[in-house]
Amino acid sequence: MNQVWRIAVKVAASVAVIVAAASVTFFAQLAVPGDRATALMNLQTGQEKLWTAQELAPLNERFGFDDPILLQYLHYLGGLFQGDLGTSYTQKRPVADVIGGQLPPSLILTVAALVVAWLLALGMTLLTVRRGRFLSGLGSAWEALTASLPHYWVGVVLLVVFAVQLRMFPIIGGTSAWGSVLPVLTLAIPLAGFLGQVTRDEFVQVLRQPFVTTARSRGMSDLGVRVRHVLRHAVLPAITLSGWALGALVSGAVITENIFGRPGIGQVLVTAVNTRDLPTVSGIVLVVAAVYVVANLLVDLAYAAIDPRLARGAR
Amino acid sequence: MTTLDYREDLRGQRDRDPGAALLRVENLRVSFAGVEVVKGVSFTARAGGCLAIVGESGSGKSVTARTLVGLTGAGSRVSADRIELAGTDLLNTSERAWRGVRGSRIGFVLQDALVSLDPLRRVGHEVAEPLRLHGWGTRAGRSAKAVELLDSVGVPEPEVKAQQRPYELSGGLRQRALIASAIALAPPLLIADEPTTALDVTVQAQVLDLLAASKERGTSIILISHDLSVVARMADEVAVMRDGEIVEHGPVERVLRDPRHEYTRRLLDAIPSEHTRGTNLTRPAARTRRPAETDQPVLQGRNLAKVFRGPDKADRRVVDDVSFELYGGETLGVVGESGSGKTTLARLALAILPATEGEVLLDGEPWSALSPARRRPLRRRIGVVYQDPLSSFDPRWTVGRVLADALATGDRPPSSKAEARERSIRLLEQVGLGERHLGAAPLRLSGGQRQRVAIARALAPQPAILVCDEPASALDVSVQAQVLDLLTDLQDELGVSYLFISHDLGVIHHMSDRILVMKDGRVVEHGTAADVFERPQHPYTRRLLTAVPRLGSA
Amino acid sequence: MSALSWPLRARAWAWRDRLPSLGTTLSLLVVGFVVIAAIAPALLTDRSPTAIDLTSTLLPPSWQHPFGTDDAGRDLLTRVIYGSRLSLGIGIGATALAFLIATVLGFAAALSGGAVDAVITRVIEVAFAFPALLLGLLVITIRGPSLATEIIAVGIGSAPGYARMVRGQVLAVRQAGFMEAAAALGHRRLPIWRRHLFPNAMRPLVAVVTLGIGQSIVWASGLSFLGLGVPPPSPEWGALLDAGRLHITTSWWLEILPGLVIVLVALSVTALGRTLQNRLGGASR
Repeated sequence: MNQVWRIAVKVAASVAVIVAAASVTFFAQLAVPGDRATALMNLQTGQEKLWTAQELAPLNERFGFDDPILLQYLHYLGGLFQGDLGTSYTQKRPVADVIGGQLPPSLILTVAALVVAWLLALGMTLLTVRRGRFLSGLGSAWEALTASLPHYWVGVVLLVVFAVQLRMFPIIGGTSAWGSVLPVLTLAIPLAGFLGQVTRDEFVQVLRQPFVTTARSRGMSDLGVRVRHVLRHAVLPAITLSGWALGALVSGAVITENIFGRPGIGQVLVTAVNTRDLPTVSGIVLVVAAVYVVANLLVDLAYAAIDPRLARGAR
Repeated sequence: MTTLDYREDLRGQRDRDPGAALLRVENLRVSFAGVEVVKGVSFTARAGGCLAIVGESGSGKSVTARTLVGLTGAGSRVSADRIELAGTDLLNTSERAWRGVRGSRIGFVLQDALVSLDPLRRVGHEVAEPLRLHGWGTRAGRSAKAVELLDSVGVPEPEVKAQQRPYELSGGLRQRALIASAIALAPPLLIADEPTTALDVTVQAQVLDLLAASKERGTSIILISHDLSVVARMADEVAVMRDGEIVEHGPVERVLRDPRHEYTRRLLDAIPSEHTRGTNLTRPAARTRRPAETDQPVLQGRNLAKVFRGPDKADRRVVDDVSFELYGGETLGVVGESGSGKTTLARLALAILPATEGEVLLDGEPWSALSPARRRPLRRRIGVVYQDPLSSFDPRWTVGRVLADALATGDRPPSSKAEARERSIRLLEQVGLGERHLGAAPLRLSGGQRQRVAIARALAPQPAILVCDEPASALDVSVQAQVLDLLTDLQDELGVSYLFISHDLGVIHHMSDRILVMKDGRVVEHGTAADVFERPQHPYTRRLLTAVPRLGSA
Repeated sequence: MSALSWPLRARAWAWRDRLPSLGTTLSLLVVGFVVIAAIAPALLTDRSPTAIDLTSTLLPPSWQHPFGTDDAGRDLLTRVIYGSRLSLGIGIGATALAFLIATVLGFAAALSGGAVDAVITRVIEVAFAFPALLLGLLVITIRGPSLATEIIAVGIGSAPGYARMVRGQVLAVRQAGFMEAAAALGHRRLPIWRRHLFPNAMRPLVAVVTLGIGQSIVWASGLSFLGLGVPPPSPEWGALLDAGRLHITTSWWLEILPGLVIVLVALSVTALGRTLQNRLGGASR
């Protein structure tokens, strides 16, 4: 019961986040200086001039720019719940259509990167934490370095070294599995460094806890303590941050997709920002916010499964 | 907790034959990074006997305990002439062989089971872990055995508790579960490192009984403790450690009744109790009290109540219908176990926390009922000393700045920097410190020095009342004695009244003229110290008094 | 956006403690060099960042051109040196803006408590839930790309994270024993806030500001890299990256070397920030 209630509260909060995000994007559209219909007309015709009311009428009619703000707002929110993200200014088709096809490759990229990053981070931690000064130092130095690397630089270096010089991978990979290796690594390497740092710090902390001594005093081996007791505690902060990291991954994915010419919302987004196609940008922001919220919900559930204290509200 | 009386009541019921030697340690030395923390100690633990190793913090007693299970820690160097468990050499033992010894032949109990049991695992799994590690029985068999063990250490509803996690259990039950885990394989030797520290006195008594029962069954126990009264209750033999050496070693009756080493004597004298009333703990001198002016209470609480709303939306009356009077120059002791509401009462008296019902009067005038702005000028009349002085100092400030700041709130704020400095030095001298401490950061001072600075700060505005909330509870017993002596000296000199809060019956008895006993937010008993301690009326008070470990009651 | 915008985690840690002298010295050198480049670039090079030389286009690194030349034959190292002023300025400006927003929101939330706190905190959390890059892109879409837009985009994008930190810090200090001790001495609320709350809450944030500048530089260059920041031919570091992307298959140095400079500066600033953090006591996330 307690658990059900907790999840219900989380879901409600998530819906609130999405509505809030929608409100921000809606009012952002209003915040663009000048008359929207005029701006749109200029954008579509490539001219800079004042248009007559008659010329603007069809646009105003189509996008409902003359309605009271509140009505537009409610209309917008209502549309969202039916999956209507508005109409792209430049492509003149529903934003949902523009984004729709591009979403799966981006999702695959980010999820793959998250998985790879976790594997790299856990491997590093288990192998190097408190395993002598040299290994520990090497591990933490590597993590500190990679966690600080910007995605674009990692991507460019990988591209230049492995695709351009060594020709091991295609320069423009598309969405093939082989072509996805470099983009996934681009996203995963810095994230692995970050998760590794967090997990390592926690691992070191937990190893100092009295219950570790208790477990050792029962005759448990060092490796047994690490796997059975410490690991579970040590991954908690990194799991909390994974939900957040997904947001960072989305940001990174935009850049990565641009470097590798990989289809996905990143490409659409940059084009839309360049053409100031606000409905498309807003739509992408909302979709990403929704994905993000769902991801955080999953992270929460994973956390509660590992740490029952949370479910009981004991923390 | 403290002994009420360790000099009497030493009737020789410990005339059992000493059991066979189980663990022999000779000339044990441990060093960390070249610094020797255990300097050649030797002792023997006997079957069915209890050896206590007593010492203050930094004495090396815990390191000794850990060394006995081969868990001294990274970067340590251990050497000895002999460490032998029932004929097995433990000195040159491989890690693999150690694993066979730990848990099966030596059980280990740490203090504070909240952090000594893995908080993410079920209690039953934790208890059964030594069984699994040493290949005992099947999975189902181990679960059943875990329940059985929990039952044997007096955990009610063991089936339910086995399914719960450590944080869902009370402190006493957790400690029992930890002991159950340590004795799962019935090891012949049990090492308990401060097993009752942080437990309330009644719970402490139960846990000690449990260890005593284990001893009766023939287990050899090594008890590590800072608390001589716990030792008096449990041990047959006692070794007093200081700075890595055993300074005195012998049968418990002899050591406690007739201490030969000067340090042991000082430790025993430092324990506040009924017998130390009206005397100093650190030097042989009687108090010279100023006659108390007792016509009107300086601080008075009337039917105070405080209600907190919990996260479950249920109201909890943390303080319920409490009245008290504090007269000029006297000490009113408030004693109770954790959760009794005594700290909340202190904050109500200071009017830092608004009372839900009732009011507090200062010098017979409204105090808690005033608006904060009208109360502020009166604050100089009432000061406070907290248990944890460190967090009560702004980490950026030096001692000098802390004191100057406090002086400025008094009746006669210093008119110049020079005067502030001079008066700060005088305050420091009053609490046994000096000019050299002016520039120090509180972080760099020792615990006792910090508490002295906290007292100096509280005295700076020349208050009539000090609220002391467990002012010495976090300190080693010898330092505690110094701080308590300082407080009594200051009272004799300045005539300050104390509202003195403590969980420690000995300290309360030593310090107080009159006493309030609190339980679950209510006052269950009040009266003069003599009345409360000699003729307790309420059953709870009686239970509290009998729970205090006494020498010879084991 | 960049990996550097991971939430800041403060924890004194042995490895970082043991190596500060060497690391800190190197970091100070790098940062000092960049600051000189920003203030007086002519001290470091006698070339002009805009001198076009069509006879020496796209030359790989050599003694004469340590960073090579670009497609107009301009010396890349010179352009990087002249770009420091812009990049550093954007980093500092954006961090200042972010902290201004964060301090106002964080203190307002923590000190007001109750419903106001709940609303502000909710807003902060929602904004934090947005991937920071998207927040920035939203700003750019509305305002159109320019130098000011870039500063605002980066500033607004990173403000929510800092606001959380400020709020948490203020709440933590508020509960500290010395706050109650000061009240018990009879001090007024405002002096207590001024003398204890503000300095103690802001102190660990000094280090965070330092870390933030490094992050902002990386961030802003990422926006430029996407062609959404300061446009080429500006020598701003991100703009250099943007310009170099056309030639990535033939002239790797145009991307890698300016990128390396950004990474080095960011790492150095981060290292200095961490050193500061360890000295001042850490801020929690």
